[in-house]
Amino acid sequence: MNGFIGAFIEAWAEFRVHKARVILSLIGVAIAVLALTAVVGIGQIATQAQIEQLERGSGRPATLVVSPPYNPETGQAVDGARFDAAMREIADRYGIDFMGRTSWDSTRIQLPNGVQPLELTLVEPAYGPMHRVELVAGSWFTDRDEERLMPALIINEHLWEALGRPPMSSHPTVTVLSERPTEAIVIGVVPSLQWEMGFRADMLVSAWERIRPTAIGYAPPTPSVELWVPLEIADQLTERIRAELTTALGGSLMIDVFRADYLAWGDIDPIEPIRVLLIGVAALILLLGALGLVNIALVTVRQRIREIGIRRAFGATAPRVFLAVMLESVVATVVAGFVGVVLAIILVQNEWALGIIAPDLTDIPPFPADAALLGFACAVGVGALAGLLPAIVAVRVRVIDAIRY
Amino acid sequence: MSLIRLEGVTRSVDLPDGSRLEILKGIDLEVGGGEHVSIVGPSGSGKTTLLNLLGLIDNPTSGVILFEGIPVEALSGGRRDRTRGRDVGFVFQQFNLLPRRTALENVMTPLLYAQGREFWNRRRIAAEMLERVGLGHRLHSTPDRLSGGEQQRVAIARALVRGPRLILADEPTGALDVDTGQKVMHLLDEVAAQSGAALITITHDPSVASLASRRYRLDGGVLHPVTDAARAGQREVAFVDPFAPRSL
Repeated sequence: MNGFIGAFIEAWAEFRVHKARVILSLIGVAIAVLALTAVVGIGQIATQAQIEQLERGSGRPATLVVSPPYNPETGQAVDGARFDAAMREIADRYGIDFMGRTSWDSTRIQLPNGVQPLELTLVEPAYGPMHRVELVAGSWFTDRDEERLMPALIINEHLWEALGRPPMSSHPTVTVLSERPTEAIVIGVVPSLQWEMGFRADMLVSAWERIRPTAIGYAPPTPSVELWVPLEIADQLTERIRAELTTALGGSLMIDVFRADYLAWGDIDPIEPIRVLLIGVAALILLLGALGLVNIALVTVRQRIREIGIRRAFGATAPRVFLAVMLESVVATVVAGFVGVVLAIILVQNEWALGIIAPDLTDIPPFPADAALLGFACAVGVGALAGLLPAIVAVRVRVIDAIRY
Repeated sequence: MSLIRLEGVTRSVDLPDGSRLEILKGIDLEVGGGEHVSIVGPSGSGKTTLLNLLGLIDNPTSGVILFEGIPVEALSGGRRDRTRGRDVGFVFQQFNLLPRRTALENVMTPLLYAQGREFWNRRRIAAEMLERVGLGHRLHSTPDRLSGGEQQRVAIARALVRGPRLILADEPTGALDVDTGQKVMHLLDEVAAQSGAALITITHDPSVASLASRRYRLDGGVLHPVTDAARAGQREVAFVDPFAPRSL
């Protein structure tokens, strides 16, 4: 124990005495650790942003989608009400809290400057938490919105802009030009997606069923049903739902139940190539930093041969000299690593940087502990590796030759 | 029992041309605690090699070195290092103080390799040792701010701080002027005598060698005891006028 503490004291004294040299030699390591930690941290935050993006589109893991069953011979879809009733019974039986019908349609709206097309996403209240919906203003649908006489709308930001960004407290309305003009109340605003240029709104399936066109030639879509289920039983449930639906609706129907969330797309991590590339670049930076450190450490040890000889003459054993030289390197890189990690956290966690990395991020994660630990571990590892060669050189020093060096 | 004993010690090295150079030939030497022994000899006579052997740094080619009766050859590397740290103190010609470390830090250095109370109380022990060599007022001075004499006193304090039983002084006054050298040697002699340590001084300087109770001359790898008669003879020879007419 004394030996380790003594070696640490020697290492710290060396660090203190040669502050300027050590600090200069460590700038490379600190920058490399900063780069590595920041890259990994940014990568993880970007991953989180991408995951959120994917979850907004296809639901959180595990999201099961049950397409409307149809007769494969006639192509005729099963009656929507029967399908809906069967699904609700299944959801009740298996204790699935998050279930909802989803569909898409389009209509037109009357704006002050004329009639404009409107893309509709037809949903139920469960869709919000299932798809991680975040609102710019107002609130998401609740079960009470099903009872409204006036259909409720959650519009995108483009449409909100076109309406003059009215506050939700003023209960703004939009005239939906379906079979007949219907006033719909705007209860919330969602951010426009990056690729979205036009107007879009979310509406409850039940509301759309009341106001949608009934004219001949209009084929109302039969909504699919989405279920958010625990990941570990998703595959089992898929089979059970298929079996239950077959029993409930009849065996001749084609029933399609599938996973829609991003985790079901296969083992391939959608952002893995980017992550591998970034880590590769960071590792290269770290390697260059380490090579610089080894170079300086080797030169330094050669300059300190006499000192090592003196220490040996006064009783320093070879392992002790090895440990002290190694610790000098590790102590120094730990300091550099700490500085690098702190700088990386400051850099990655500030709002400006987050705005660039992940502008749509809603669940802003704390700085990834993995990234900080990785940066720190790399600093220690680089210190140990960089210290290894000088430590071997130091141990091989012949005492009297060194004293007379 | 003697502190260190060399019996028929030889040391030779193989040269690149395949020949063998014998540096030390059949050295017999026995030094007990509290003794002051000096070894003089010209450059290349093997003084440094003998110092390496006495300091448990090198192994003889043949012969035996016994430290407190234990054959040094039987000690493992680590045990030999620890024995050296505990029982042997070195004073070097060029002081060899650690640069940019204060006098106190330099004297504390050997205590970093000690155990127990010596390790944990190293600051106090080192300060007391510096006090003892008259440098209590220069604890925090770095070597570049100390005179040659002060630096050598720091080196002496460092050599003695662990209370070694054997002090090896390699040309301790070589880098000092005559007056300072004398003072340093008297200090070394006095402190060694007080602590009961054996002092072996390797020197070119006859006046430094004359302070020892036993003197040896190393010549061509062979150690010769210098008796008073021999020294008197040397002195007589030294004063012979080579140009005076000789009578048969």
